[in-house]
Amino acid sequence: MPIALHRIWRGAASFLLALTIWQLVVTLSGVPRFILPGPWLVVQALGAHAALLWQNALWSAGNLALGLSLGIFLGIETALLLTLSRRARWLLRPMLVVAQAVPVFALAPVITLWLGYGMPSKIVTIALVTYFPIASALFDRLMALPTGLNDLSRLSGANRWRETLLLRLPYAVPGLISGLRLAVVYGPLAVLIGEWVGSSRGLGHLMLMANGRGQTALMFAALTLLAALSLVFWIVVEALARWAARRFYI
Amino acid sequence: MGHGVLARIGMTGPAIHLSGGLEGAEATLINGFDITLPASRWSVLLGPSGVGKTSLLRLIANLPCAARFEGRIEAQDQAPLPPRVAMMAQDDQLLPWASAIENVVIATRLRGERPDPDRACALLVEVGLGAEMARKPAELSAGQRQRVALARTLYEDRPVVLLDEPFSALDVLTRHKMQDLAARLLKGRTVVLITHDPAEALRLADHAWIVERQGVTPCTLPATRPPRRIDAPETLTAQADLLGRMGLASPNKAA
Repeated sequence: MPIALHRIWRGAASFLLALTIWQLVVTLSGVPRFILPGPWLVVQALGAHAALLWQNALWSAGNLALGLSLGIFLGIETALLLTLSRRARWLLRPMLVVAQAVPVFALAPVITLWLGYGMPSKIVTIALVTYFPIASALFDRLMALPTGLNDLSRLSGANRWRETLLLRLPYAVPGLISGLRLAVVYGPLAVLIGEWVGSSRGLGHLMLMANGRGQTALMFAALTLLAALSLVFWIVVEALARWAARRFYI
Repeated sequence: MGHGVLARIGMTGPAIHLSGGLEGAEATLINGFDITLPASRWSVLLGPSGVGKTSLLRLIANLPCAARFEGRIEAQDQAPLPPRVAMMAQDDQLLPWASAIENVVIATRLRGERPDPDRACALLVEVGLGAEMARKPAELSAGQRQRVALARTLYEDRPVVLLDEPFSALDVLTRHKMQDLAARLLKGRTVVLITHDPAEALRLADHAWIVERQGVTPCTLPATRPPRRIDAPETLTAQADLLGRMGLASPNKAA
């Protein structure tokens, strides 16, 4: 069997096992469906509320994509700025260290207060949460050029710009990948937090509403879609990681 | 092969004067020394690992160095040394993401100059990698990687070449071939080779010194010209002599 097919088969088998255990627990224990619906009820909810779920999923996915893009962009910019400028390093690094210690999730209500219930507050929350892991993982690796490559740069008479472009950046690709891996884990969390704090749309909002009305199956359906959304982003990053490993040999 | 491409192989390098002492973090590494590495010759600094040979080499190249040096390092022609220096180390220091030919021209690009692909190709052909130019380091053997590093050093075309045990990690046969190649291609430059291997010193040195804590002392070499045959009787005698001076008791004495 080809490796790709084998991986899909293995993933599906594992997934099926989880569903079976879930259904067994529900059937054997006899928990009421408004406490824990079985997988089959969740599938039914997915079908019954397809349009509603799809609309809200698109909204959340759009926010996640935009927020992630902004976080990634700013993270890369910051890491590069700190690498290129000693002054920026001196001035901004302590600030970043302290800022990183502030739990961004706790800021979500304030961000909502400032930017309202709409898209901007969600994008900023997601961007903030994903910005730090990207900036710090990339920056650490940008500054960790091995002695041999440092020597090469010095003996060549390279300036900081070309050294960064030709040596540091390619060397730091694994750092960027580690940052991305963290970002796609934190990103969907930030979607939830943002929508729970205040929103009229999105999967997080839908979960809150469904929960409040005792529509537990619908809540699980929304949760399933959010998990699927995370999985898609995760798959993209993993593909990127494999490509980078082939291209950069590091 | 275009003749112009390699015409500068055979360029001449300046003599280098080294004097002073080297202090490690805890103890003296090398006590006072005062030596002159002759112009356009292979000078070999021979000594056990950890004695500070690499530090000496890094000081010549003006690279950061853990040891503290007090003294003078200068070219006899008084012009600054570091811009005239190329270096090749045991670890090939190639960029893993770049092909052989990109690795050869990387220093040019780091300076912001336009690379000369024809010359890079010609040098890769010269070191025997005509068919491997597009390969990445991971797709090359250790010996081939050192050939790329040698081509890169030659492409830099500097009159002073510092070699930091560049052949140590290679198997015996590959090492032998690389030594011949380097001896041929670096002819005329001032080459400083550091090694812990007396056989390598004897094979390549025009002049050699033993580096140890007490100082740096010259070695007597066979009258033949390098690269010397390692199995020639006078080379073998000299090797036994060097091993003795580096602290290996001869079997007769031990018995």
